[in-house]
Amino acid sequence: MVTEFTPWASLSGGVLIGMAAVLLMALNGRVMGATGILAGAIFDRFTGDTGWRVALLAGMLSGPAVVRLVTGSFPAIEVPTSTLALMIGGLIVGAGVTFGSGCTSGHGVCGMARLSRRSIAATLVFMAATFATVFVIRHVLGG
Amino acid sequence: MRWIALYLVGLVFGVGISISGMANPAKVLNFFDVAGTWDPSLAFVMGGAVVVAFLGYRVVLARPKPVFDKTFQLPASKTIDARLLGGSAVFGIGWGIAGFCPGGALPALGTLNTDVILFVVALVAGMWLARRIPRILNTARAPVKT
Repeated sequence: MVTEFTPWASLSGGVLIGMAAVLLMALNGRVMGATGILAGAIFDRFTGDTGWRVALLAGMLSGPAVVRLVTGSFPAIEVPTSTLALMIGGLIVGAGVTFGSGCTSGHGVCGMARLSRRSIAATLVFMAATFATVFVIRHVLGG
Repeated sequence: MRWIALYLVGLVFGVGISISGMANPAKVLNFFDVAGTWDPSLAFVMGGAVVVAFLGYRVVLARPKPVFDKTFQLPASKTIDARLLGGSAVFGIGWGIAGFCPGGALPALGTLNTDVILFVVALVAGMWLARRIPRILNTARAPVKT
């Protein structure tokens, strides 16, 4: 499935993601990691950190609705894989980000921006693993 | 006031993810398919986000404390170990299979798209299992989070 190259929309989206990370640090003093925020909201209930995580998640989930208000449609979500692959992938992602202590937002954006060697190492490894996985699925297995 | 401000921060993130293409697995997977239908857009997402966060953090972290808390709470660990690298490799494999990462999928939940809901259910199940396995194996280490 071919997708259109969208440098300006992607750059604008990236700038907003970066701004959100800076605002969260300025207001709450925390890194904007989707893994930690989701896991904390679900598994670490009844702590002082639950409120801000839930407020943040509610805001995130409202994003597509605001885009729809402005542009008239939800952002495109095209899933080229089977539902089974999607769910197996989800399980693997959940396990990986838990052991790896973060994902694209926590390590890839916030950690890299802090020049954390740990996050730079994690980001290089997961990007390489994703490139390799997509190559194997699409060009070796022929999915 | 505090919750409204944090809701709006989440909203900025959610709008950013929505227009960036990170919530679209077809686009994400094409970024990683250099040998096929390559779409380099996501390099602009990561580039824009990291540059803005890098510059913004310099200003913010020079301040004595955040607005709503007494101290900045930055991840303290500096250890680059097998757990970090192995977990990250596993994450990359799953991302390459599904095309969603956690930060891309969470805002996309707001569309009530069935595929997104199924992915997030599997994601949470994976997180839950990963927190259980070390206990089952009777090791003392508990998964840490950022």
